[in-house]
Formats: sequence, structure tokens, C-alpha cells
Amino acid sequence: MNGGPVRVRDLALSFGESPILRDLDLDIAPGEFVALLGRSGSGKTTLLRVLAGLEQRATGTVDVPSPSAVVFQEPRLLPWKRVWENVALGLRDDSRERALAALAEVELVQRASAWPLTLSGGEAQRAGLARALVREPRFLLLDEPFASIDALTRLKMHELVLALWGLHRPSVLLVTHDVDEALVLADRAVVIDGGRIAAQIEIDAPRPRDQSSPVYIQRRRELLARLGVVPQDLPSTFAWSAA
Amino acid sequence: MIESAILARPRASRWKRISVDAKIARRFISPIAILLVWQLGSTYGIIPATKLASPATILVTFWSLLASGELLRDLGVSLGRVLVGLVAGVSTGALLALVAGLSRTGDDAVDPVMQGLRTLPYLGMSPLLILWFGIGEFPKLALVAFASAFPVYLTLLGGIRAVDPKLIEAAQAFGLDRWQTIREVILPGALAPALVGLRYALGAAWLSLVVGEQINADRGIGYMIMDARDFLRTDVIVVGLLVYALLGLGTDAIVRLVERRALAWRPSILRESR
Repeated sequence: MNGGPVRVRDLALSFGESPILRDLDLDIAPGEFVALLGRSGSGKTTLLRVLAGLEQRATGTVDVPSPSAVVFQEPRLLPWKRVWENVALGLRDDSRERALAALAEVELVQRASAWPLTLSGGEAQRAGLARALVREPRFLLLDEPFASIDALTRLKMHELVLALWGLHRPSVLLVTHDVDEALVLADRAVVIDGGRIAAQIEIDAPRPRDQSSPVYIQRRRELLARLGVVPQDLPSTFAWSAA
Repeated sequence: MIESAILARPRASRWKRISVDAKIARRFISPIAILLVWQLGSTYGIIPATKLASPATILVTFWSLLASGELLRDLGVSLGRVLVGLVAGVSTGALLALVAGLSRTGDDAVDPVMQGLRTLPYLGMSPLLILWFGIGEFPKLALVAFASAFPVYLTLLGGIRAVDPKLIEAAQAFGLDRWQTIREVILPGALAPALVGLRYALGAAWLSLVVGEQINADRGIGYMIMDARDFLRTDVIVVGLLVYALLGLGTDAIVRLVERRALAWRPSILRESR
């Protein structure tokens, strides 16, 4: 067990000629919730894979707390194992009890004996979350886990993730392309572009976050600007100073 | 244990049931008509019994062969041969598929040979088998084993290669070692095609047994048929053929039963069992 920080230095990775990640430094404090944003092809999922230990070809220094656990974009449940068996995958002792406890945490215990292919998208993703949580990770990696579920379910999942994070306090790296998801959940948003960290924005508003608060709107604007999106309806500085 | 909710099957209306029965009944009309024509042809001497016995005679012969214990004895011998040949063939095919599917070296070593042998018309190998192993039990078993190895090899290997690499990666991310990954992910993922291969293997096994038992046997259904030929007993020949057919159907049904249990997680089977 190692509850230390995430520390990445001079990380580089290329597939053939094209560099995917280069000169990348990143720190995540114990218990910190970091959202990683970037366009498709920016290297955000590759960075997550390196931190999850799924990419062996990277060079540089990578220290991550252990144990770590991943929730994938598609839940990647084994269809021939019942939900609780999927959660218990790779556990040694008391695997059934621990799996059921984890399923209770994500409110899926009533589907513990179901086959994965009978689950809805949200249920499957909660099962994926339970499978990560049951390992009591000090570092939780979330790879766009809410990208393919409907908007209302996604809001509930946000609440669930925040509650469980508050309870267990792992360091979290959430890869997402959804600016609001990052702003609602994370302590800090990290923007990755062209394989390196392009910007970091502290989101210093208390949770639960009010999306109409001035701080939220301000951070949202900053983040969008860093992502290269310039909103058309920005109030001009002239209007502000005149007020 | 909490079970998933199972939807109640909507009860078919009475009218619907009657129309379904009528549909099934309609499908029996033409086979029964053919049997009738066949019986009439035999009764009036249009079909000579030395060419083809009448359905009624065949039925009587079937009962008498069954009652005398002759049929059961030959059946036992044939079943035993298929069983031994199948076990040898299926386990060899499965083992080679695992070697080829789970290691690149194994693939390079095994697959070219298997693909080459696969194209041999195995039923035509019987003269060679007789030269190698004589006319005893062994060439018959070898023929069955040879025939059943390939379908299992091809389908299991295809199944192993088709397992979603994302599932394998996830298994490794959750701490499964190589052996556990094979047991928990790769083999269950390849099971469905492998069972289809097993059904093909059963068909091939019975077919090669028919050929094998007609080479030189002193027992078995094939022997019963060849023996009957010498006495122009077309009724016994037809009984033998029917028994082969029933055995083929029976063993296929067993595999399908295994399929339903082992692949219970599949949406198609889940729907059927509701």
C-alpha cells in the first residue's frame, strides 16, 4: 500500500514516428480530484493508460500510489460472469462479500446475480465503478466513464462518484471531454494538448457547485479559452469597467 | 441469492395455439403421404423387397432386432467407437488449438500443418490406415478421431483469436495473471464457437464411423448393414441407417443442451428461457 502522490516527470511516448506524449510533468496530491481535458488525439487517454500501467513503452519517471484501479469508457464486464463475479475478479479473500459490499455502495446490489448483457448502460458503468472500488484504490483512474450514458443518469453518476470519493478519498484522475463534468467534480482541471500539459486551472469553489455562481462561470470561461473555444457572448471588459 | 427479474411469458391466446398446431400438422402431411405411397408400392409388388423393404417390414424388423438384443449389442459397439474416437480427436484438436491460439511459436509450428492436413479427404485415407494399422479396431478409431479433430481445432482457434483484446486488457488491469486470464477470459470467450465446432465434429465422427465400420468389422451398426447386404435384407439396412440418423440427432441434442447451460449468459438464450 502506497498512499503517496502521483508524480510524473519527462514522460514521453511515441508510436512509430509520431509522438503521442512528450516532456510531460504531472503531480496529483493524495486525495486530490483532477480532471484531464483535451481534444481527441491530444494524448489524454494514452496518459491514463500509462498511469494505469497498461502502456509499457513510455519513457520517463512515473510514480503512482498503489493499489490503483481503472474504470474504462466501455464497462468491459466479462459477459459470461455474473455482475458480482465481475466485481470480484482477481480478488483473493472474501471476494463475494467484498463484491456485494462494493455493489451496495454503487446501489446495484439487487442486480448482483444478473448477467452483464442484461444491464442498462448506467448499471453496467456502476458495476465497472464497483469493480474498481472493491480494490480500495489509493488512485482511481476514470477513462470517460460517463461518456456513453444519458444526461440524467450522468448527473446521478456525478453525485455518486463525488460521494464515494468523499468517503474513500483516493486520488482521482478523470479523463473527460466534458467541461462541465470537470468543473462539477474536480479540484483541478488539467488541459493536455499535443501530448503535453498546456494549462492547469484550480477550481476553488465549494461543492456541491452552483453552475450559475460567478466563480463557476469564470472558471468555465477560462477553461474553454484554454481549450481553444472562445464563447461569442463574452461580456467585453468595457462593459465591466463601466458598471 | 438475488435473481434477476424474469419477465412473465405472455400467454398465447387459444386461437393462436390452435393455428400453431395446425401449422405443425400441415408439415406432417407430405412425409406421411410418401410413407403411404411407399407402403402401397411394396404391398402391390411395385417396389421389390430385395431393393427396398416396406415401411411396415422395417418397423417389424426394428422391433425384432431390438428384442433379440442384436441391435443393442451393435449399437453399444458403435457408440463405444464413436466415444473413444471423439475423445481422442476432440482433445487433440482442442489441445492443438490452445497451442496455436495462445503462443506465436505454437501458431507457427501447428497451424500450417493443421491447415495442410485439413484439406486431405479423410474418408479416402482408409486404405492407408488399413496398411498402417491393419484391419482391427484402431483404423476405425483413427478415422473418427481424425475427422473430429479439425472442426474443434478450427472453431476453438478462431474463437480464441476473436476474444475482445479490451477484455483481456481489463483482466490484466485487475491483476489476473496469464493463466487466470486464459481460464477466466479467453476460454469462456472462445466457448461458443468451440461448441459449434463440437457439433460439426459429432457429425463428422458418425460419418467416418459409417465408412470405418463398412471396411472390415465383425460388430457395430455398419457391420450389421454390410452383413444384411449379403443376405439382401434391405429392411435391416434401413434399420441400420435409421439408427445412425437417430444417434446423430441424439448426440447433437446433448451438445445443444450443454450449449444452453454453458452459454446461459448470451442474450439469445436469455430471451428463449424467459
